[in-house]
Amino acid sequence: MTQYLVRRILASIPVLFGILIVTFIIARVIPGDPCRSILGEKATAAVCERFIHEKGLDKPIYVQLGIYISEVLSGDFGNSIRLSLPVTRLLVERLPTTVELSFSALLISIAVGIPLGVISAIKHNSWIDVITMMWANTGVSMPVFWLGLMLAYVFSLLLKDSPFWLPPSGRLSAGLSNDPFYEVWGWILPESGLWSSTLDFISRLNILNALLTSNWELLKDAIKHLILPAVALGTIPMALIARMARSAMLDVLGQDYIRTARAKGLSQSRVVIKHALRNSLLPLVTVIGLSLGGLLGGAVLTETIFGLSGLGRTLYEAITARDYVIVQAFTLVIAVLFVIINLIVDISYAYLDPRIRIN
Amino acid sequence: MTLQSDTVAKLDPEILSLNSVSLWQITWHRLFRRRSAVVGLCILGILVFIALTAQWLAPYDPTRSMLDVDPPQKIKARSAPCIHLLGCPEDQPQHLMGTDGNLRDQFSRLLYGSRLSLMVGFSTVTFAIIIGTVLGAIAGYFGGWWDNAIMRIMDVLLAFPSLLLAIAIVTVLGPGLINALLAIGIVSIPAYARVMRASVLSVREMDYVSATRALGGNNLQILFNRILPNALTPLIVQGTLGIASAILDAAALSFIGLGAQPPTPEWGSMLGAERNQVFTAPHLVFYPGLMIMLTVLCFNLIGDGLRDALDPRLAQLS
Repeated sequence: MTQYLVRRILASIPVLFGILIVTFIIARVIPGDPCRSILGEKATAAVCERFIHEKGLDKPIYVQLGIYISEVLSGDFGNSIRLSLPVTRLLVERLPTTVELSFSALLISIAVGIPLGVISAIKHNSWIDVITMMWANTGVSMPVFWLGLMLAYVFSLLLKDSPFWLPPSGRLSAGLSNDPFYEVWGWILPESGLWSSTLDFISRLNILNALLTSNWELLKDAIKHLILPAVALGTIPMALIARMARSAMLDVLGQDYIRTARAKGLSQSRVVIKHALRNSLLPLVTVIGLSLGGLLGGAVLTETIFGLSGLGRTLYEAITARDYVIVQAFTLVIAVLFVIINLIVDISYAYLDPRIRIN
Repeated sequence: MTLQSDTVAKLDPEILSLNSVSLWQITWHRLFRRRSAVVGLCILGILVFIALTAQWLAPYDPTRSMLDVDPPQKIKARSAPCIHLLGCPEDQPQHLMGTDGNLRDQFSRLLYGSRLSLMVGFSTVTFAIIIGTVLGAIAGYFGGWWDNAIMRIMDVLLAFPSLLLAIAIVTVLGPGLINALLAIGIVSIPAYARVMRASVLSVREMDYVSATRALGGNNLQILFNRILPNALTPLIVQGTLGIASAILDAAALSFIGLGAQPPTPEWGSMLGAERNQVFTAPHLVFYPGLMIMLTVLCFNLIGDGLRDALDPRLAQLS
């Protein structure tokens, strides 16, 4: 297992290096003058020249690449001049929104997708199966942005005066503030540094922070704001998971050892949960891992629709504003997250299936 | 000797009858027995019909503002659908799906939109299949350094969520429908390269390939005549499902303003342009999205059907 782990981690290093180069290239070839787009249209030639020199943009491209790589390796992503903020700060502020959104979307998709798939496999060819699969096929084909807008229309407008009303945008209602748990607990943090950034990051995960500070009103509000975007974002993976769970289950249920288990007189639930579900988990892990990548992409659309300033929306705005520092850093972070997710998927694969780690 | 020729003569008609049923006939046959695939084919048929006859079906020019057509006092921007058969007053101009923010007939725009979506799906996938197949074939057939270089590049492309990479590429190339198509095409290359490489690897060492080589066949002949036909079935399945995701991604790019530019009637951009009006004019958001979903759905259904129909494990010749 250790050998497998090491081999798998080593194999992802060239990919990470490739990602570094690609993000560098993307940021450099975005058309437009970086100086004018960052300092504004009125920047004079002299100011621009100094700016270009200060940023090292007049050096040969391979020197710039070298500087970029050494900076990234030392954890320095540079500053966004447009927002006058260090990019690491921006990450700490914006990433939690996306993390919270993607995780709740994934949670919903797993919690609904797997049971639906399992039920329709058990009741193969029944009306439940037909309806579930019709629904799953529709879900896979759903444009996230359309679903989001329609959900907002139904739950924020049509159900306005009912208890099912849900807010169409933002993370918290106006007037509610999310006091960081470390302040509530009376901790005193250093001005900057990894430790305080980490705590700050955690405190910006609204739901977790509300739980840590036992602020139930805040918790309820944060969840209410999260439901619509999470459902919109989670629908495609939910449908994918349901389909995959069904076909994996059907595969397993036809095996001899299931018949043996039934012949032993085990109850249906025991056969399904203990014998069948465990063995059909393997393909599910892949689908779940792969959908996380889709979630990060879909987050751009969902965040735009529901007015959340997360990773995706910030990246999109940075691209249109030619803020190459943010573009570089954020695409890098997303790609690295994606590589790590794939790594985790492969490792859990090996954990679930001993045949893989031996070969 | 006589015995042998007898056996051959007896077997012949059988062999002939087996040969006369081609793989495609079997596939069609099986595809038509799957209810969901038939539904998909029906939707696709309707969409193709709409796309081909849009200029006769559409009551108005899709880019024409109604200001000069209807008396201005009677028509408002983003007016709700008005259908005379369903009780809309006769003196009101009929707009089956209402009008959009620029007073254009939503129904006509919707019909014309089918042309773009189908074109988007087929052109990006064709582009990606051609490039991906060539790259995958080179990687699999020549192996070694080629394989490593090509597949590592594909790994890096796959390391980005496809929509984000497409957004980045469009930004570099500049917004516009053609650039959006190019971006989606580039992003989907790795999938085909992988499929092709896997097929090449699986048949490269087969006897019939060695036989061709022994008979003096060159690399190109071996690749095109011996290996490519074997890779065709997974490529077709992947391609059909790829059309679905290409249409979805293109609509998303247009939705955020990086794809088709106004006044082009494209579903994604129609939806994006009116998204802030969803509370006041939901029909402007509902119909284009529904069309995107139906189009994507039909390719997904056909793709799934094809996968099952082409799967030799499920093969029953009947």
